[in-house]
Amino acid sequence: MRYDVFIAGYGGQGVLLAGNLLSYAAIHEGKNVSFFPAYGVEKRGGSAMCTVVFADGDTGSPVVGNPSVSLLLNQLSFDKYAAKVKQGGICIVNSSLVDVAGVDLPGIEIVLVPMNQIAIEMGDVRMVNMVACGAYIEKTGALKSTSLEAALKKALPERNHKLIPANVKAMEAGAQAARD
Amino acid sequence: MSTAAAEKIFIKGNEAVAMAAIEADCRCYFGYPITPQSEIPEYFARELPKMGGEFLQAESEIGAINMLLGASAAGVRAMTSSSGPGISLKQEGISYMAGSELPGVIVDVMRSGPGLGGIDASQADYFQATRGGGHGGYRIVVLAPASVQEMYDLTMLAFDLSDIYRMPAMVLADSVVGQMKESIIANPRPQTLLPEKKWVVRGRGEGEAQNVVKSLHLGDGEMEAFHWQMQARYQELADKESRWEEVQTDDAELIVTAFGSTSRIAKTAVALAREAGMKVGLMRPITLFPFPQKAYAALSERCKLFLDIELSTGQMVDDVRLSVARDADVAFYGRPPGAGSLPTPEELFEQIKKNYRAVA
Repeated sequence: MRYDVFIAGYGGQGVLLAGNLLSYAAIHEGKNVSFFPAYGVEKRGGSAMCTVVFADGDTGSPVVGNPSVSLLLNQLSFDKYAAKVKQGGICIVNSSLVDVAGVDLPGIEIVLVPMNQIAIEMGDVRMVNMVACGAYIEKTGALKSTSLEAALKKALPERNHKLIPANVKAMEAGAQAARD
Repeated sequence: MSTAAAEKIFIKGNEAVAMAAIEADCRCYFGYPITPQSEIPEYFARELPKMGGEFLQAESEIGAINMLLGASAAGVRAMTSSSGPGISLKQEGISYMAGSELPGVIVDVMRSGPGLGGIDASQADYFQATRGGGHGGYRIVVLAPASVQEMYDLTMLAFDLSDIYRMPAMVLADSVVGQMKESIIANPRPQTLLPEKKWVVRGRGEGEAQNVVKSLHLGDGEMEAFHWQMQARYQELADKESRWEEVQTDDAELIVTAFGSTSRIAKTAVALAREAGMKVGLMRPITLFPFPQKAYAALSERCKLFLDIELSTGQMVDDVRLSVARDADVAFYGRPPGAGSLPTPEELFEQIKKNYRAVA
């Protein structure tokens, strides 16, 4: 089985960390992984995006034209990339920042998760990426939540390991929101 | 390293280059920062001093390549890296190294050009790399990694081939394989049988005779003899070291050919074609010099249509056309360097369909 997921938002939303986290979780499950980032020169603002492909065998192209799942964290990326999701695919949208009214995407399942709101309720808006990752594994079943917990130790620098329990909670809240 | 060899690590292509070089006992790195390869000097700056090696950020790319020439002449495994604009500056030094029969590894993580160009992915340094790049008529070993694992493995191979054939070797990467992260196995250095470097200059008067490393050949017939000797060496290199990967070429009616990151996108496009019942295969050269001419010739005895795909307006396609049988057709699909977006597998599949119809 070959999985691909596209993640986009603006710089500072933790798009690349989310991609790294899913990558480490896939490695934890013994998969081969390709993580392909693209971002502007800005530290904050600007656009950030990445594609993660994981498979038991060959990962193939790191570039994915029509992703099976997209996590779109702001309006700009929704407007630009939502329609590129493959037929039968899933588009998980940060409804705190994205207005999907009037957008018709036949054949694509749109999942609305108020990621900013959930992250704030969990204690810090910066955990928006964790909420997104939780929603992703809930909707796809592509990775186990225990793998993501294990991945946090690899993806976060040692000094931030004290934040792991809070991040796990944010992921659980994201999963819960995607379930409802 | 060997104890952890079985465990997969998750690193950037650029980091894999530096990690492999250190494992291959590279102990000197000279460079100057430029996107999209700066993780290479960053890694060396952090790790090389711990190994007793020398990391030096030179005053310029020209300084760095001449430091590499010096280190190589002294018998040390050494390397430099840059991207297009810096690689152009290094050409004088590479020509002098070739003329002096010096090994040494140069990594080009291609970006778009000409000039300062941009930081988007490109494969437009193919001509510069495979034709020698500098003046005087010479070739260097050119290896084209298509994954982070190959960034690692081919960097180690570059050091070995460079030492065995006494010529510079280049790892011709691009911003996609440089910047992406993949899970790889950090293999230990292969136990290649290497010739003793009897020609090194250490300035200690240890040898029986004086060793001289130079590219100036003024003696009667000396320059010509040098060239014939190098031609024989290039032939030996082609006979023994040509490397390539074939995917589903056995029954293919159309063979897609691409190198580096583009071959990864092409491979998925070929899989899409196979799902649609089309007999399509992939031929990926791993050594660009020596170009695997005989392998293309053999394939074209049976398959008469090739589709060359590059992130340029067409460079490797010349070598493909020179290699295949006379009655084989070579179609081309390219995207100019710095197009801002990469071709997708779906886009390449469309090109396959367009050309496949011509055969069917």
